[in-house]
Amino acid sequence: MLQEESDLSLIIAQIVQKLKGSNLYAQLERQAWASLQRPEIKLESLKEDIKEYFKVSGWEKKLQNAVYSELNVYPLPSHPAAPPEHLKEPLVYMRKAQGSWEKRILKSLNSMCTELSIPLARKRPVGEQKELLNKWNEMGTDEPDLSLFRPVYAPKDFLEVLINLRNPNYENGDSLSFRTHLGLIQVPLKVKDIPELKECFAELGLNTGQLGIDDSTQVPPELFENEHVRIGQKVLTEQDSAAAQQYIRQGSPTALRAELWALILNISSQPEDILYYEQLKMNVIQHDLLVDSLIYKDVKLTASNDDYYFVFEDYLYQVLLCFSRDTSVLGHFAYNSASPPKSYIRGKLGLEEYAVFYPPNGVIPFHGFSMYVAPLCFLYHEPYKLYQIFREMYVRFFFRLHSISSHPSGIVSLCLLFETLLQTYLPQLFYHLREIGAQPLRISFKWMVRAFSGYLATDQLLLLWDRILGYNSLEILAVLAAAVFAFRAVNLMEVTSLAAAEAVLADLSTLKVMPLLQIFLFATVT
Amino acid sequence: MSVQTIRNVFSVETGYRLSDDQIVNHFPNHYELTRKDLMVKNIKRYRKELEKDGSPLAEKDENGKYLYLDFVPVTYMLPADYNLFVEEFRKSPSSTWIMKPCGKAQGKGIFLINKLSQIKKWSRDSKTSTFVSQSTKEAYVISLYISNPLLIGGRKFDLRLYVLVSTYRPLRCYMYKLGFCRFCTVKYTPSTSELDNMFVHLTNVAIQKHGEDYNHIHGGKWTVSNLRLYLESTRGKEVTSKLFDEIHWIIVQSLKAVAPVMNNDKHCFECYGYDIIIDDKLKPWLIEVNASPSLTSSTANDRILKYNLINDTLNIAVPNGEIPDCKWNKSPPKEVLGNYEILYDEELAQGDGADRELRSRPGQPLGPRAGRTRDSGRSVLSTWK
Repeated sequence: MLQEESDLSLIIAQIVQKLKGSNLYAQLERQAWASLQRPEIKLESLKEDIKEYFKVSGWEKKLQNAVYSELNVYPLPSHPAAPPEHLKEPLVYMRKAQGSWEKRILKSLNSMCTELSIPLARKRPVGEQKELLNKWNEMGTDEPDLSLFRPVYAPKDFLEVLINLRNPNYENGDSLSFRTHLGLIQVPLKVKDIPELKECFAELGLNTGQLGIDDSTQVPPELFENEHVRIGQKVLTEQDSAAAQQYIRQGSPTALRAELWALILNISSQPEDILYYEQLKMNVIQHDLLVDSLIYKDVKLTASNDDYYFVFEDYLYQVLLCFSRDTSVLGHFAYNSASPPKSYIRGKLGLEEYAVFYPPNGVIPFHGFSMYVAPLCFLYHEPYKLYQIFREMYVRFFFRLHSISSHPSGIVSLCLLFETLLQTYLPQLFYHLREIGAQPLRISFKWMVRAFSGYLATDQLLLLWDRILGYNSLEILAVLAAAVFAFRAVNLMEVTSLAAAEAVLADLSTLKVMPLLQIFLFATVT
Repeated sequence: MSVQTIRNVFSVETGYRLSDDQIVNHFPNHYELTRKDLMVKNIKRYRKELEKDGSPLAEKDENGKYLYLDFVPVTYMLPADYNLFVEEFRKSPSSTWIMKPCGKAQGKGIFLINKLSQIKKWSRDSKTSTFVSQSTKEAYVISLYISNPLLIGGRKFDLRLYVLVSTYRPLRCYMYKLGFCRFCTVKYTPSTSELDNMFVHLTNVAIQKHGEDYNHIHGGKWTVSNLRLYLESTRGKEVTSKLFDEIHWIIVQSLKAVAPVMNNDKHCFECYGYDIIIDDKLKPWLIEVNASPSLTSSTANDRILKYNLINDTLNIAVPNGEIPDCKWNKSPPKEVLGNYEILYDEELAQGDGADRELRSRPGQPLGPRAGRTRDSGRSVLSTWK
């Protein structure tokens, strides 16, 4: 009991600390001062009256949403004596692995720099600045020669790193036992089994209405859909983040999704947010970074060729180039096992006082990075709004898909969850694929790293991301990956090579996400 | 069969008669709908007739524009209507007009003008051409250019929708669910300096694929379901449903406009390619109808689509894959429709008494703006007239 109480006060202290520096805090203070003029505020009951005023004027709701947002993003504080790197990643071997992976990426980036003799960053001459400003809305028509650039890494390079992860304190032994993990991931982490997943994703159960199932069949809309839309509108009127998050677990109606996601992510788009975006844009105009070419190359290789997303090519540049300059992204490294790469001003290599983060947001894009933004273009057509939503999605979720950590939503846990689910519930299939040299993770890894973006049809992808937001967890990605294998099990049992297995699973664009998840979680005999 | 072959088959001189087990993929005078000038003529006539009958559909707003029948951009025939055109042009001299030859397709011979002098020059140039004598000189239509198209990702697009007509009297038509949007590769700019850059303005794949930015993987094509998802997400469900209802509405109205003049030969069916542009107020405009929509495929998905289109079309036109009999009642069972859905069935509509009801309440708001809910739109598409 005592322990719980002290935990709680620690959490409160941490959140208060965080919010004190925020814009909201300043606004609340201003509102409190201004409210002193109001007749209903009495000196003798000042504190209560101001609280009441906050309640009726809606500021309390805003504060609640901010607190809720903090609770969603930040990990609960560990023991007060624990060093800050424990917040990033409690396991030493994971931290080390992430560190050496970062060194590799940086080395590859640096060698590309040297090879092409291009500086990491340079100021654009005035003429070039003007030119860029003019074609800001059509950067896609530009065709710079990018043949020499290559993505710094692709998901399959990253998978190799994860396969080689080992816990030095854990002896697996040579003898096979029923506990032996036959998959590619060999680190012992706690992952959920189906009963636990059922409990966790209770709202996806067969007895609950689901958008993505009950709206696409012959069920008359009066039964579920209409009522669900009505509740959704109510949630939006109330402007309550927590309610929105609960609501979206059953899926978001298409027309309400943009607003619901913004509410859950606590994005309000104030004038200063638009100004902030404009500043980032000016930054792009003024400085040319090497990562710009990487972003450019990535968009050209992925989204520009995509049936669903090619239309939005220019939006992707407008978001991703600004993202690379946004130093507020650095904040998420407090709870990300990764650390922002450092670069040194020319001639001052190794001198800490001349170190700068590079790129300014600390995130080096890899092959497929732009696919995190692409689906959001279906929801927001103002670039600044699109930008804010993407940034928040990144610092809450997507960073976990390419950093090595033991977090349940981290990519290592997702891989292990996927393999464990297959090995436990579809042992024959798992064994067959393993025997023919087609380890399932080799196929599903790219799906998970991209959160299925570019693999599913967009409407299905958005239904999936609804659930990511609703459960504040990426575990659903691993469940879906396993469900896809289960769905194609009959065909997969007949293949005899990795290439054939890949062919069976090459096109996911016709799959319906929610029925697959439901069948796998709730209709499979366990 | 190509339209040329069809012409020969039905020509009086050849004296050919189709037997009962022969059916063909065009109506003899399909050009009433598919030639740009004739389509406009027929629609204008249809509107006047409705107006004369006092039909509520022909209701006009305070500016004299039809409320429900204003779905084709203002259009004139050239050279015939030249004086009318000049009068209209002078009313709004800053507007842009698009010149199209009446009988050509795939964006051939199309150009934009925004000055009268350009028309005069064109007229002079074509007169001096020694190959074309004055009498056979090609007719052009000139239409007000939709200069405020809806842009997605900053790009202009149009819709290509497939509509199958199995009979005109009674009218029975089907809408293909898998239409697509065709995007320009270059950013749209209404600026007049780009008038000559056809990559900005024309969405025809035949034009766009010569642009250097043409992508051979997606071919600049987006499915209609993508469009619906995007519009519903960014603009809301109501306006999106209204837009799609209006699109269905204008297709049916265009078919009703030509039904009386169409030679409803029992051996015929026809699959049309409808070209529709949506403006930034989400109003759809009928641009033209193609009798022989391209069935070649530019991408892998395109190939699947066109394969299915041909398959589903034949399933309706020639049920059960049996030897056809042109005397059948042409009402296929629901199961064979594939990706087609019934757009309008005159017999059914009249059976429902929708017609009578409509006439008895002329004051009621009608047409696509009548705020139909999605459910009724879904099931009784065939009941509005």
